[in-house]
Amino acid sequence: MIDFLRLYDTANHFLLKYLGLSVFKSLVLVGITLLHVAYTTYAERKIIGHMQQRLGPNRVGPRGLLQPIADVLKLITKEDIIPSCVDSPVVFKLAPFISLVAGATSLAVIPIWEHFVVTNVNMALLVVLAMSSLSSFGVILAGWASNSRYSFLGGLRASAQVISYEIAMALALVGVMMLAGSMNLIEIVKAQIESPFKIYAIPQIIGFFVFMVAAIAETNRTPFDLPEAESELVAGYFVEYSGIRFALFYLAEYFGMIVMSMLAVVCFLGGWYGPFEVPGVPMFWFLLKLYFLIFFYIWVRATLPRYRYDQLMGLGWKVLIPLALLNIVITGLIKVLA
Amino acid sequence: MEGLLPKIVFIYLAVVLVVTSLLVVTNRNAVHAVLWMLVMFLHQAVLFITLDAEFLAAVQIIVYAGAVLVLFLFVVYMINLRTELKIHNFTVFWPAALFVSVALVILAAQALKDFRAPQPVGDMTPEAIAKVGHAKLLGKALFTEHILSFETVGVLLLVAVLGAVVLTRRIRMIRGEGL
Repeated sequence: MIDFLRLYDTANHFLLKYLGLSVFKSLVLVGITLLHVAYTTYAERKIIGHMQQRLGPNRVGPRGLLQPIADVLKLITKEDIIPSCVDSPVVFKLAPFISLVAGATSLAVIPIWEHFVVTNVNMALLVVLAMSSLSSFGVILAGWASNSRYSFLGGLRASAQVISYEIAMALALVGVMMLAGSMNLIEIVKAQIESPFKIYAIPQIIGFFVFMVAAIAETNRTPFDLPEAESELVAGYFVEYSGIRFALFYLAEYFGMIVMSMLAVVCFLGGWYGPFEVPGVPMFWFLLKLYFLIFFYIWVRATLPRYRYDQLMGLGWKVLIPLALLNIVITGLIKVLA
Repeated sequence: MEGLLPKIVFIYLAVVLVVTSLLVVTNRNAVHAVLWMLVMFLHQAVLFITLDAEFLAAVQIIVYAGAVLVLFLFVVYMINLRTELKIHNFTVFWPAALFVSVALVILAAQALKDFRAPQPVGDMTPEAIAKVGHAKLLGKALFTEHILSFETVGVLLLVAVLGAVVLTRRIRMIRGEGL
């Protein structure tokens, strides 16, 4: 058997020496995540299809497995239309990139495995929060630059929603920081493995709940997809986008979903740790937990109807933020008494 | 060679910071001004990183770029600025303002000519800080040494929040009585 770890180390060392950053790791990570994004869309359509007594895509390739690739090809080859009345073509073109880059940058600090993280920084948790707050700019600017009523309303809704739920999400993560005593994601996983329950989802059950709800709202997924509510806003902030730019927004949404799930796995579900070691695949448990959380997202989408806007704001400010604050107080008490 | 790279990075950051700040104040389009401000904040965060203040860099992006600027955008959206784009200049004072600013820059340059950085005080070298962790040290200093100022700032912010709530409530109540 080829020693993959050694091979990888040699290649990485070479790149580190001559380029100063682990381009190799980043490329591997982005490539794999892009594949995951493509097949998450497939899984979503298949799973929702089965939940609604339909078949889902089954024409392209065996069991429709080539459907995502066909979709990507179609979106890339489509004509790139910029409406004549856009407020500023530069901002219009820039918006999807801001969304995508902000979503994808967080991948750099999330540890897939103890020895696989692109950059191991001490402020990893804050970096993820910062990037998720930046990703809202893409949505807001898209809404403004399109110069269309529907887009604009979608952008406005997105900005209010993201600001509100970001607070709840950050507060939910404070409990984890307090228990682990660190903001380094690798340290957080190690602290979890040493804790009595092995995962923080049990002692931090309130925080976990708040985080999951806030993460769905942050990524603008059903039941909180008001920025793109089809029945009232056509498609919300990306009404005027088509072809590859539309695809970038789509990609950004799924990137966001995967990053949020990864963060939940790392902060609450014990990262790469599992009941037993799987030989040869050190990130087996990480991926298993990640797939379960992505399935959870899809499951929620198939199950719950969309919230009304005032209900959404009420839930964020009157339920989730007080709950997260309560969680911090309880965690602090446990930390002081124990 | 060792000392050159930080200098180049600093010069780049300084130039971009000055240029983007100028663009923020001179741009006719309010949304574009906010966007230039975003670029400025991001560079400011990098400046913090070059000073080994990673916590400040992260907070800079979360609070300023992520929350304050989004609120700015919100306000810019709410007031219709399209009409103001047609007015040539907000004020007629800008040549005088330019003169005063240049004079201030010259004054500052004169004052800072003999400036020498003081010797570092205390035992907190960058290595020691990196070892304990930035957030931990900052938290400890905030909640022990500076607890009074921290609490004061907290109360001040609370007063501002309460004031905003009271103001909006009162307007609503007056309107309710009028109906």
